[in-house]
Amino acid sequence: MKVVAKRPESLYYKKFHYCPGCTHGIIHRIIAECIDEMELREKTIGVCPVGCGVLAYEYFNCDMLEAAHGRAPAIATGIKRMLQDNFVFTYQGDGDLASIGMAEIVHASARGENITVIFINNTIYGMTGGQMAPTTLIGQVTTTSPYGRRPELTGYPIRMAELLATNEGSAYICRTSVHNPAHVLKTKKAIKKAIQTQMEKKGFSMVEILSTCPTNWGMNPIEALERVEREMIPYFPLGEFKVKE
Amino acid sequence: MAKGRVRFYSDRCKACELCIKFCPKGALGLDKKNINALGYHPATVVDPERCTGCGTCALMCPDLVIEVERE
Repeated sequence: MKVVAKRPESLYYKKFHYCPGCTHGIIHRIIAECIDEMELREKTIGVCPVGCGVLAYEYFNCDMLEAAHGRAPAIATGIKRMLQDNFVFTYQGDGDLASIGMAEIVHASARGENITVIFINNTIYGMTGGQMAPTTLIGQVTTTSPYGRRPELTGYPIRMAELLATNEGSAYICRTSVHNPAHVLKTKKAIKKAIQTQMEKKGFSMVEILSTCPTNWGMNPIEALERVEREMIPYFPLGEFKVKE
Repeated sequence: MAKGRVRFYSDRCKACELCIKFCPKGALGLDKKNINALGYHPATVVDPERCTGCGTCALMCPDLVIEVERE
Protein backbone atom coordinates (compact mmCIF):
# COMPACT_ATOMS: atom_id res chain seq x y z
CA MET A 1 0.00 0.00 0.00
CA LYS A 2 1.21 3.45 -0.95
CA VAL A 3 0.37 6.40 1.29
CA VAL A 4 -1.65 8.95 -0.71
CA ALA A 5 -2.42 11.50 1.99
CA LYS A 6 -1.07 12.00 5.51
CA ARG A 7 -0.19 14.73 7.97
CA PRO A 8 2.67 16.92 6.67
CA GLU A 9 5.77 17.12 8.87
CA SER A 10 5.54 20.91 9.01
CA LEU A 11 2.39 20.76 11.17
CA TYR A 12 2.24 19.69 14.81
CA TYR A 13 -0.34 17.15 15.97
CA LYS A 14 -2.26 19.86 17.92
CA LYS A 15 -5.97 20.18 17.06
CA PHE A 16 -6.95 23.33 15.15
CA HIS A 17 -9.17 25.77 17.08
CA TYR A 18 -11.00 26.80 13.88
CA CYS A 19 -14.76 26.32 13.51
CA PRO A 20 -16.08 23.20 11.70
CA GLY A 21 -15.65 23.53 7.94
CA CYS A 22 -13.39 26.60 8.12
CA THR A 23 -10.96 26.52 5.20
CA HIS A 24 -8.08 27.86 7.32
CA GLY A 25 -7.32 24.21 8.06
CA ILE A 26 -7.08 23.29 4.37
CA ILE A 27 -4.81 26.27 3.70
CA HIS A 28 -2.54 25.49 6.69
CA ARG A 29 -2.16 21.96 5.38
CA ILE A 30 -1.28 22.94 1.82
CA ILE A 31 1.26 25.53 3.00
CA ALA A 32 2.85 22.83 5.19
CA GLU A 33 2.85 20.35 2.30
CA CYS A 34 4.56 22.91 0.03
CA ILE A 35 7.23 23.57 2.70
CA ASP A 36 7.77 19.80 3.09
CA GLU A 37 7.95 19.10 -0.62
CA MET A 38 10.41 21.93 -1.24
CA GLU A 39 12.46 20.84 1.83
CA LEU A 40 12.44 24.29 3.39
CA ARG A 41 11.27 23.45 6.91
CA GLU A 42 14.62 24.16 8.58
CA LYS A 43 14.85 27.49 6.73
CA THR A 44 11.27 28.74 7.12
CA ILE A 45 10.23 31.70 9.27
CA GLY A 46 6.53 32.57 9.39
CA VAL A 47 4.80 35.68 10.69
CA CYS A 48 1.29 35.34 12.15
CA PRO A 49 -1.45 37.97 11.91
CA VAL A 50 -4.08 39.16 14.34
CA GLY A 51 -7.39 37.46 13.57
CA CYS A 52 -8.44 33.82 13.49
CA GLY A 53 -4.94 32.90 12.30
CA VAL A 54 -3.37 34.46 15.42
CA LEU A 55 -2.55 31.05 16.89
CA ALA A 56 -1.00 29.65 13.69
CA TYR A 57 2.39 29.57 15.47
CA GLU A 58 1.02 26.72 17.60
CA TYR A 59 0.37 24.62 14.49
CA PHE A 60 3.32 25.17 12.15
CA ASN A 61 6.41 23.15 13.01
CA CYS A 62 8.85 25.91 12.00
CA ASP A 63 10.01 29.24 13.44
CA MET A 64 7.03 31.57 13.82
CA LEU A 65 6.60 35.11 15.08
CA GLU A 66 3.50 37.07 16.08
CA ALA A 67 3.05 40.57 14.64
CA ALA A 68 0.92 43.49 15.81
CA HIS A 69 -2.34 43.95 13.91
CA GLY A 70 -1.57 44.37 10.20
CA ARG A 71 2.19 44.78 10.71
CA ALA A 72 3.25 41.33 9.55
CA PRO A 73 4.83 42.59 6.27
CA ALA A 74 6.92 45.12 8.24
CA ILE A 75 8.26 42.40 10.57
CA ALA A 76 8.81 40.03 7.65
CA THR A 77 10.79 42.80 5.90
CA GLY A 78 13.16 43.04 8.87
CA ILE A 79 13.60 39.27 9.12
CA LYS A 80 14.20 38.82 5.40
CA ARG A 81 16.73 41.66 5.17
CA MET A 82 18.78 40.09 7.98
CA LEU A 83 18.37 36.43 6.96
CA GLN A 84 18.37 36.50 3.19
CA ASP A 85 18.70 32.76 2.62
CA ASN A 86 15.65 31.88 4.70
CA PHE A 87 12.12 31.51 3.40
CA VAL A 88 9.93 34.17 5.06
CA PHE A 89 6.15 34.17 4.76
CA THR A 90 3.27 36.01 6.39
CA TYR A 91 -0.19 34.57 6.89
CA GLN A 92 -2.83 37.31 6.99
CA GLY A 93 -6.59 37.70 6.84
CA ASP A 94 -8.55 40.41 5.10
CA GLY A 95 -9.23 42.51 8.19
CA ASP A 96 -5.54 42.39 9.05
CA LEU A 97 -4.08 42.96 5.57
CA ALA A 98 -6.66 45.08 3.74
CA SER A 99 -7.80 47.30 6.61
CA ILE A 100 -5.33 48.20 9.37
CA GLY A 101 -2.34 46.73 7.51
CA MET A 102 -3.02 48.46 4.18
CA ALA A 103 -0.02 50.82 4.43
CA GLU A 104 2.40 48.03 5.36
CA ILE A 105 1.34 45.71 2.56
CA VAL A 106 1.29 48.38 -0.17
CA HIS A 107 4.74 49.67 0.78
CA ALA A 108 6.25 46.20 1.24
CA SER A 109 5.07 45.47 -2.29
CA ALA A 110 6.23 48.85 -3.65
CA ARG A 111 9.71 48.30 -2.18
CA GLY A 112 9.75 44.86 -3.78
CA GLU A 113 10.54 43.14 -0.47
CA ASN A 114 11.49 39.55 -1.15
CA ILE A 115 8.76 38.00 1.04
CA THR A 116 5.72 35.79 0.43
CA VAL A 117 2.28 36.82 1.68
CA ILE A 118 -0.56 34.32 2.04
CA PHE A 119 -3.72 36.43 2.11
CA ILE A 120 -6.93 34.76 3.31
CA ASN A 121 -9.95 36.64 1.98
CA ASN A 122 -13.29 35.62 3.55
CA THR A 123 -15.01 39.03 3.21
CA ILE A 124 -15.58 39.39 6.97
CA TYR A 125 -13.82 39.92 10.32
CA GLY A 126 -14.02 36.37 11.66
CA MET A 127 -12.43 36.38 15.13
CA THR A 128 -14.10 39.53 16.46
CA GLY A 129 -17.59 38.32 15.61
CA GLY A 130 -18.43 39.04 11.99
CA GLN A 131 -18.03 42.78 11.42
CA MET A 132 -17.80 44.40 7.99
CA ALA A 133 -14.32 44.24 6.41
CA PRO A 134 -12.96 46.28 3.46
CA THR A 135 -13.54 43.21 1.29
CA THR A 136 -17.19 42.67 2.36
CA LEU A 137 -19.36 42.35 -0.76
CA ILE A 138 -22.13 44.82 -1.63
CA GLY A 139 -25.35 43.75 0.09
CA GLN A 140 -23.62 41.31 2.45
CA VAL A 141 -25.15 41.28 5.94
CA THR A 142 -22.65 41.55 8.81
CA THR A 143 -23.04 42.67 12.42
CA THR A 144 -21.99 46.23 11.49
CA SER A 145 -23.99 46.31 8.24
CA PRO A 146 -27.26 44.68 9.38
CA TYR A 147 -29.17 45.85 6.26
CA GLY A 148 -26.41 44.73 3.90
CA ARG A 149 -23.33 46.73 2.81
CA ARG A 150 -24.47 49.94 1.07
CA PRO A 151 -21.93 51.56 -1.27
CA GLU A 152 -23.29 55.10 -0.75
CA LEU A 153 -22.39 54.83 2.93
CA THR A 154 -19.40 52.46 3.08
CA GLY A 155 -17.97 52.38 -0.43
CA TYR A 156 -16.92 49.34 -2.43
CA PRO A 157 -14.95 46.15 -1.67
CA ILE A 158 -11.19 46.35 -2.34
CA ARG A 159 -9.58 43.95 -4.80
CA MET A 160 -6.14 43.53 -3.21
CA ALA A 161 -4.54 41.32 -5.87
CA GLU A 162 -5.29 43.78 -8.67
CA LEU A 163 -4.18 46.69 -6.49
CA LEU A 164 -0.79 45.18 -5.63
CA ALA A 165 -0.23 43.95 -9.19
CA THR A 166 0.15 47.59 -10.29
CA ASN A 167 3.26 47.95 -8.12
CA GLU A 168 6.57 47.53 -9.95
CA GLY A 169 8.09 45.66 -6.98
CA SER A 170 5.56 42.83 -7.12
CA ALA A 171 6.91 39.71 -8.80
CA TYR A 172 4.09 37.21 -8.41
CA ILE A 173 0.49 38.13 -7.57
CA CYS A 174 -2.29 35.61 -7.91
CA ARG A 175 -5.79 34.86 -6.63
CA THR A 176 -7.06 31.33 -6.05
CA SER A 177 -9.86 29.63 -4.16
CA VAL A 178 -10.33 26.46 -2.10
CA HIS A 179 -14.00 25.77 -2.77
CA ASN A 180 -13.46 22.38 -4.43
CA PRO A 181 -10.68 19.76 -4.78
CA ALA A 182 -9.50 21.05 -8.19
CA HIS A 183 -9.05 24.56 -6.85
CA VAL A 184 -7.27 23.28 -3.73
CA LEU A 185 -4.69 21.70 -6.03
CA LYS A 186 -4.43 24.94 -8.05
CA THR A 187 -3.89 26.88 -4.82
CA LYS A 188 -1.09 24.51 -3.88
CA LYS A 189 0.59 25.11 -7.23
CA ALA A 190 0.24 28.87 -6.79
CA ILE A 191 1.81 28.75 -3.31
CA LYS A 192 4.70 26.71 -4.67
CA LYS A 193 5.22 29.26 -7.42
CA ALA A 194 5.19 32.08 -4.86
CA ILE A 195 7.80 30.27 -2.75
CA GLN A 196 9.88 29.68 -5.88
CA THR A 197 9.65 33.41 -6.71
CA GLN A 198 11.04 34.28 -3.30
CA MET A 199 13.82 31.69 -3.40
CA GLU A 200 14.91 33.04 -6.80
CA LYS A 201 15.02 36.55 -5.24
CA LYS A 202 12.65 38.04 -7.81
CA GLY A 203 10.69 40.22 -5.38
CA PHE A 204 7.37 40.45 -3.57
CA SER A 205 4.92 37.58 -3.97
CA MET A 206 1.34 37.23 -2.76
CA VAL A 207 -1.30 34.51 -3.08
CA GLU A 208 -4.83 35.70 -2.26
CA ILE A 209 -7.02 32.73 -1.32
CA LEU A 210 -10.82 33.03 -1.29
CA SER A 211 -11.87 31.37 1.93
CA THR A 212 -15.04 30.77 3.94
CA CYS A 213 -16.40 31.77 7.34
CA PRO A 214 -19.43 29.48 7.84
CA THR A 215 -20.03 30.68 11.42
CA ASN A 216 -20.25 34.41 10.68
CA TRP A 217 -21.91 33.98 7.28
CA GLY A 218 -24.62 31.94 9.05
CA MET A 219 -24.31 28.98 6.68
CA ASN A 220 -23.31 25.36 6.93
CA PRO A 221 -19.82 24.53 5.55
CA ILE A 222 -21.11 23.19 2.22
CA GLU A 223 -23.37 26.21 1.58
CA ALA A 224 -20.41 28.45 2.43
CA LEU A 225 -18.28 26.79 -0.27
CA GLU A 226 -21.14 27.26 -2.73
CA ARG A 227 -21.33 30.96 -1.81
CA VAL A 228 -17.64 31.36 -2.70
CA GLU A 229 -18.36 30.08 -6.18
CA ARG A 230 -21.67 31.92 -6.62
CA GLU A 231 -20.97 35.36 -5.11
CA MET A 232 -17.26 35.85 -4.45
CA ILE A 233 -15.63 34.60 -7.65
CA PRO A 234 -17.70 36.95 -9.92
CA TYR A 235 -16.41 39.96 -7.92
CA PHE A 236 -12.93 38.57 -7.14
CA PRO A 237 -11.89 36.87 -10.40
CA LEU A 238 -9.34 34.05 -10.09
CA GLY A 239 -6.03 34.03 -11.90
CA GLU A 240 -2.48 35.36 -12.02
CA PHE A 241 -2.29 39.15 -12.13
CA LYS A 242 1.44 39.59 -12.31
CA VAL A 243 4.25 37.19 -13.14
CA LYS A 244 7.69 38.77 -13.40
CA GLU A 245 10.05 36.82 -15.64
CA MET B 1 -11.99 -5.69 -3.46
CA ALA B 2 -11.38 -2.14 -2.32
CA LYS B 3 -8.36 -0.45 -3.83
CA GLY B 4 -7.93 2.15 -1.11
CA ARG B 5 -7.90 2.28 2.65
CA VAL B 6 -8.84 5.37 4.67
CA ARG B 7 -8.04 5.86 8.31
CA PHE B 8 -9.91 8.43 10.41
CA TYR B 9 -8.43 10.11 13.49
CA SER B 10 -11.97 10.54 14.84
CA ASP B 11 -10.98 12.52 17.93
CA ARG B 12 -10.10 15.49 15.67
CA CYS B 13 -13.24 15.42 13.49
CA LYS B 14 -15.68 18.35 13.69
CA ALA B 15 -18.31 16.78 11.40
CA CYS B 16 -18.19 19.55 8.78
CA GLU B 17 -19.10 16.89 6.17
CA LEU B 18 -16.80 18.28 3.45
CA CYS B 19 -15.22 14.81 2.95
CA ILE B 20 -18.68 13.26 2.61
CA LYS B 21 -19.78 15.90 0.08
CA PHE B 22 -16.68 15.57 -2.12
CA CYS B 23 -16.16 11.76 -2.02
CA PRO B 24 -16.70 10.78 -5.67
CA LYS B 25 -17.86 7.27 -4.72
CA GLY B 26 -20.17 8.16 -1.82
CA ALA B 27 -18.25 5.87 0.52
CA LEU B 28 -18.29 8.16 3.58
CA GLY B 29 -20.91 9.20 6.13
CA LEU B 30 -21.35 10.37 9.72
CA ASP B 31 -21.06 7.80 12.50
CA LYS B 32 -24.39 8.45 14.22
CA LYS B 33 -23.69 5.84 16.94
CA ASN B 34 -20.63 7.59 18.37
CA ILE B 35 -19.85 11.03 19.77
CA ASN B 36 -16.21 12.10 19.92
CA ALA B 37 -14.45 14.18 22.59
CA LEU B 38 -15.28 17.40 20.72
CA GLY B 39 -19.00 16.54 20.86
CA TYR B 40 -19.59 15.68 17.20
CA HIS B 41 -20.66 12.57 15.33
CA PRO B 42 -17.35 11.90 13.53
CA ALA B 43 -17.13 11.12 9.81
CA THR B 44 -16.35 7.52 8.95
CA VAL B 45 -16.35 5.00 6.08
CA VAL B 46 -19.82 3.55 5.60
CA ASP B 47 -18.98 1.51 2.50
CA PRO B 48 -15.27 0.55 2.51
CA GLU B 49 -15.63 -1.58 -0.64
CA ARG B 50 -16.28 1.50 -2.77
CA CYS B 51 -13.07 3.32 -1.78
CA THR B 52 -10.60 3.76 -4.65
CA GLY B 53 -7.99 5.59 -2.56
CA CYS B 54 -8.19 8.79 -4.61
CA GLY B 55 -7.46 10.99 -1.57
CA THR B 56 -10.10 13.64 -2.30
CA CYS B 57 -11.52 13.37 1.24
CA ALA B 58 -8.12 14.09 2.78
CA LEU B 59 -7.61 16.96 0.33
CA MET B 60 -10.78 18.72 1.48
CA CYS B 61 -10.54 17.88 5.21
CA PRO B 62 -9.76 21.06 7.19
CA ASP B 63 -8.74 19.21 10.35
CA LEU B 64 -6.25 16.58 9.13
CA VAL B 65 -8.52 13.77 10.24
CA ILE B 66 -7.93 11.46 7.28
CA GLU B 67 -5.01 9.33 6.10
CA VAL B 68 -5.36 7.53 2.78
CA GLU B 69 -3.48 4.52 1.39
CA ARG B 70 -3.77 3.06 -2.09
CA GLU B 71 -2.58 -0.21 -3.62
